[in-house]
Amino acid sequence: MSDRGTLRIQQISAHPGPVAGEGVQRQDKVCKLIDTTTCIGCKACEVACVEWNDMPFQTTYFDNTYQTMPDTDWNYWNLIKFNEDQHDNGSFAWLMRKHQCMHCEDPGCLRACPADGAIVQYSNGIVDFQQEHCIGCQFCVSGCPFNIPKFNPNTKKVYKCTLCSDRVGAGLEPACIKACPTGCLHFGTKDDMKFLAENRASQLREVSGFQNAGVYDPDTIGGTHVIYVLHDATKPERYGNLPAKPRIPLSFTVWKDIFKPIGLFGAMLGFVGVVMHYVFEGPRREQPAPPVVRIDPPPPPAGKEN
Amino acid sequence: MATSADRFVHRSNPIDRMGRTVVYTGELLRHPVYTRFLHWMVGIFFFLALLSGFGIYLPWIFRFFTPLFGGGATTRFLHPWFGLAFVFFFALQAINWLQVMRWTPDDSRWMKHIKQYVTRSDSVESPETGFFNAGQKMQFWEIVGGCVAYVITGVIMWLPEIFGRILVAISYVVHDISALVMLFGIFFHVYLSTFGEPGTIQAMTRGTVSEGWAWTHHPSWYKAVTGRDPAEALEEAKRRNTPPPLPPRTL
Repeated sequence: MSDRGTLRIQQISAHPGPVAGEGVQRQDKVCKLIDTTTCIGCKACEVACVEWNDMPFQTTYFDNTYQTMPDTDWNYWNLIKFNEDQHDNGSFAWLMRKHQCMHCEDPGCLRACPADGAIVQYSNGIVDFQQEHCIGCQFCVSGCPFNIPKFNPNTKKVYKCTLCSDRVGAGLEPACIKACPTGCLHFGTKDDMKFLAENRASQLREVSGFQNAGVYDPDTIGGTHVIYVLHDATKPERYGNLPAKPRIPLSFTVWKDIFKPIGLFGAMLGFVGVVMHYVFEGPRREQPAPPVVRIDPPPPPAGKEN
Repeated sequence: MATSADRFVHRSNPIDRMGRTVVYTGELLRHPVYTRFLHWMVGIFFFLALLSGFGIYLPWIFRFFTPLFGGGATTRFLHPWFGLAFVFFFALQAINWLQVMRWTPDDSRWMKHIKQYVTRSDSVESPETGFFNAGQKMQFWEIVGGCVAYVITGVIMWLPEIFGRILVAISYVVHDISALVMLFGIFFHVYLSTFGEPGTIQAMTRGTVSEGWAWTHHPSWYKAVTGRDPAEALEEAKRRNTPPPLPPRTL
C-alpha cells in the first residue's frame, strides 16, 4: 500500500533480525490533529476516505443516531462517532469524534502480530498493514486498545486506516484532511501539531470556558500520531469509548517477547532429559536380559618386555 | 487389574472385535485394532497441529514450517482444523480408556518409587503395576486437561469478534502453555515407547507384546491375563535361558 522509495521502515512485525535500512534517513514524525471542538459532523472526511481508498459500497442501517454505522469496518476506516452528552445541569451537547486508527508510537497490533512483515511502522510514525503477508489470525484485533483492525471474512485479511501512507509518501496530506470544511483537521509534523493543539486547548480553557479542555496524546503507548483536542480531556470515555489509559495486553509484550522463548527452551529440556537418560541410565530391557558373554583382552605375549 | 485384563482377553466390547491382530506363540494381545487406529490418528493430527502451531508460536525461529502447509495464511487456516481432529480422536480414545486409566492406590504407591523407576535400580517393574503404570496415567490425564484447555481457548481465538480482545489475549497464553506442557510430555512418550523400553512399540503397531515384556513392565497385568505369577515365570525363563558354561578361550 505504500511507496517504499520514500517511506523508510522503522519496525516490522515478527521479523527476525534487524530491520534493513532502519535509521539511515531521518524523517519527521507526522501527526494528524483532530479538534473535536470545531467538528460539525458533516462526514466529508468519511466520504473522502471511502473515495480515495476506492472502497466498495457498503449497506448500513439506521440505529437512531446520526452515526453512519455502529463501528468502523474493513472497508470503512473513518467514522464520526456522535455522542449525546448530558451535563450536570441537565443541558445537552454533541460530542463528535472522528474515529480511526491512532497510529500509536508503540503499536499493540504490531506487537501482537505473528506474521513477518504483515504490519510495519514507517519512520514517520505511520503504522501500515501489508495484506499480502497477513495470515488472518486477528491477533492484532486483540492487541489494539482502540478496536481498529477489522477482519474481512472473504479475503481472510485484516484492514485499517493507513493514514493515507500512499499520499503522505508522495508529499500530500491524507484525504480526510483535504476534505474537512471547518479546518478542524490538521496535518503536519508531530511537534507542530502538538504546539497547535496545546495552543487551542489553552484558548478553550481561558477564553471559551472549558475548564478541563486538553490534548489527548496518551503516553501509556508512547503517544499517538493522531491527537485530539477535547472539551474535557479528563473523561475521554465520553467520546465514544476513547480509553483514558490505552494499554497493550501483557500477553503480547511480556509473554510474547520473554516467556515464549523461555517456555520453548523448557519444553525442549524434555528432549535433553530423555537423551541424557538413555546415555546415563540406559534402557530397561525385558527380563531375563540376554546372557552376557565377557571377552577378556588377550594376555601380553611373554618374553617381550624391555 | 482384573477388569482391564478381562476386557482385552474376552474382547466383550464389540468395537474391540474390529480388525485382526495376529498373536504369535509367546505373545500377548495388548491393543486391539480400534485402539491402535485411534492412537495413530491422534498422533498424526498431534504432529500436524504441533508443526503448524510452531509457525505461529515463534515465527522468527520456525518460519521454515509454514511453507510445508502452504504459507502463513493457509497454516493459520488449517491449524484449528488439525487441532479439532486431534481432540476428536483423543476424545474417542479417552472414552475407550476411561476404565483402565482410573487412578488407584497402587498408582499412588508407584509414584512413591518413581526414583527407582527412573534410575532403573530394579530390573523389573514393581509387582502391582497394572495395564498402565502411574506415569502413563498421568500423561493421559494431562492430555485430557490439555485438550479441554485447547478447545476452550482455541474457540475463543477462532472467533475473536464474539469473545472480545481481553479474553483472546488471555486464551493465547493458556493455549501456549498447554502446548508447551504437551510438547514436554511427548518426548517422554516417544522415548519410552522406542529406545527407553525396547519391545514396546509393537504394542501399537502389531498390537502384541512378548510375555517377557509383559512380566517386566506390567507384572500385575501379566498375572491377570495369564493367571501365572510374573516373578515365578521370570525365574523359570532365567533357568531356561542360562547358557552352558563357555569353554576356556584360547587365542
